Amino acid sequence: MFRKSVDGAYRNFSREYGDTIEAVFDPVLYFLVWFEKLLQNSPWPLIILAILILVYLGSRSIYLTIGSLIALLLIGYFGMWEDTMSTVSIIGVCTFMSIGLGIPIGIAMSNSDRARAAITPILDVMQTMPSFVYLIPVVMLLGIGKIPGLLAVIIYAIPPIIRLTDLGIREVDKEVLEAADAFGANKAQKLFRVQLPLALPTIFAGINQTIMMALAMVVIASMIGVKGLGQPVLKAITNQYFTMGLLNGLAIVALAIIFDRVSQSFGKRLQQHRSGSRE
Amino acid sequence: MNKTKIKITNLYKIFGNNSKKYISSVRDGMSKDELLSKYNHVLGLDNINLNVEDQSIQVVMGLSGSGKSTLIRHINRLIEPTEGTVTVDGEDITKLNKMDLLEFRRNKTGMVFQRFALFPHQNILDNVQFGLSIKNLDKSDSIERAMYWIEKVGLTGFENKFPNQLSGGMQQRVGLARALATDPDILLMDEAFSALDPLIRTDMQDQLLELQKNLKKTIMFITHDLDEALKLGDRISILNGGKLVQDGNAEEILLKPADQYVANFVKDVNRIKVLKIKTILDQGGERANSNPTVNVNDSIENCLPAILESQSGLNVIDEKNNFVGSVSKNKIIDILQKSKD
Repeated sequence: MFRKSVDGAYRNFSREYGDTIEAVFDPVLYFLVWFEKLLQNSPWPLIILAILILVYLGSRSIYLTIGSLIALLLIGYFGMWEDTMSTVSIIGVCTFMSIGLGIPIGIAMSNSDRARAAITPILDVMQTMPSFVYLIPVVMLLGIGKIPGLLAVIIYAIPPIIRLTDLGIREVDKEVLEAADAFGANKAQKLFRVQLPLALPTIFAGINQTIMMALAMVVIASMIGVKGLGQPVLKAITNQYFTMGLLNGLAIVALAIIFDRVSQSFGKRLQQHRSGSRE
Repeated sequence: MNKTKIKITNLYKIFGNNSKKYISSVRDGMSKDELLSKYNHVLGLDNINLNVEDQSIQVVMGLSGSGKSTLIRHINRLIEPTEGTVTVDGEDITKLNKMDLLEFRRNKTGMVFQRFALFPHQNILDNVQFGLSIKNLDKSDSIERAMYWIEKVGLTGFENKFPNQLSGGMQQRVGLARALATDPDILLMDEAFSALDPLIRTDMQDQLLELQKNLKKTIMFITHDLDEALKLGDRISILNGGKLVQDGNAEEILLKPADQYVANFVKDVNRIKVLKIKTILDQGGERANSNPTVNVNDSIENCLPAILESQSGLNVIDEKNNFVGSVSKNKIIDILQKSKD
């Protein structure tokens, strides 16, 4: 009885407003498609070069850069280039959106204990609820495709950046904040000149976690039509193609390692003022 | 006597969720202990009245928990009073609205903290500039002013270093430069030198006195160290359990302690080092040519060699070399004996 009425009401709601809500996400969809096409249609040496430059700028490690080059060449050799680029594009868009949404929410949480008390249980649900469960209403509302996949990935991947932004800001030394107060800094000045810069290494750990979780979600998101490395994995599972699954799985692992090492060493460099040895 | 710069009147601070409710019972004499045990509120400051003279160094002294840090934070309202007023230049700080309070903090006060509280992510130049950048001053102008103060505290060449690359003493110089860079009238120093080791501390005290000769700021200096208080303070206020037990100059504190608490505090002080000749001077009389001559502002300790070679005492002159009186040998021996007990 309860189930029927909730399901019915939601079905009516999605029939009524599904198109409107879909329209809201159109700009995101355009951007995602544009980014994916850009990555897939540009000549691959150019893309590899761009990725290697980013890797080097982020990590300042020549070994990691060479390792990334080998991994990317192997991906190309085994014919997974297009799927990999799809995955990179969706991870990229998800990460940007998670940062754009997560940091302001984290700031709001750090600002008020009430906001924190309200948001924390929501984050708990987002992280522990089996992903398939919230895929159902998303698919009912928006159908199968990129946008519902994107939403599913963001829902799963955004909690760490929110939590760690909140934590980073709350961990800022009370005495340093008092000093900022004593010099007459207003709220915005305190936030942008003291709290955020000092919380940045922690926030970066959150971004790293968000990227990792987004990658983990890619296979599940492929079930609702997100293209990328997840789809061949899914196909391999249903058809018992062991090698195909393994290769695509390894490509995801390679991407994860590159993203993780680069963002971690970048985050570490942000903390250098703490170590005391700058020269 | 200069005019009053800061005037604190009937200031009470009760910490707790319901502080206003207990203010009248505290005024009627409820003790700190009773307030804590019965109502779980902490009496931070108990009816403080204090006038701080313009361009003077006012030391506030007490043991930890005596309320001295609470008191200094009422001057720039980092802590809100439960009752009472604090006026600066005749303006009631407790009545300022949010914007005016920010302006007041930006322009009138500078603060130096016990554990430096520098911004670890900014280099020394940006740290010193902080107060100026908060005011959105012209960038090149504020860099110039920051560099001036970095030079004044002797840290030229360290502008691009980060706080944790500096020693404690150097960090506190940055703290001092940061507080002075906005050119405030009032300098609030919360145990500013307590975290430094003794040699550096003496050094910083000397530097502060040297700066003060030209700056003529109104300085409120918190310390738990009596030697530091006697060295720096034009006037010294002693707090005990949130109450102001005595306010006076060094001689008054040493020679006429208001109660047993103050007496215990000053018991171990080397009096002859602190007391000046003028406090034991017998005015008038005749100059005895057989006796050596000393200045009124010398400490008794500095005059000990002169005492040794004197016949019956010392001739005392003032800054303009006028004879003002004498001190007998017996009186000094008396003081020496007293400072032994």
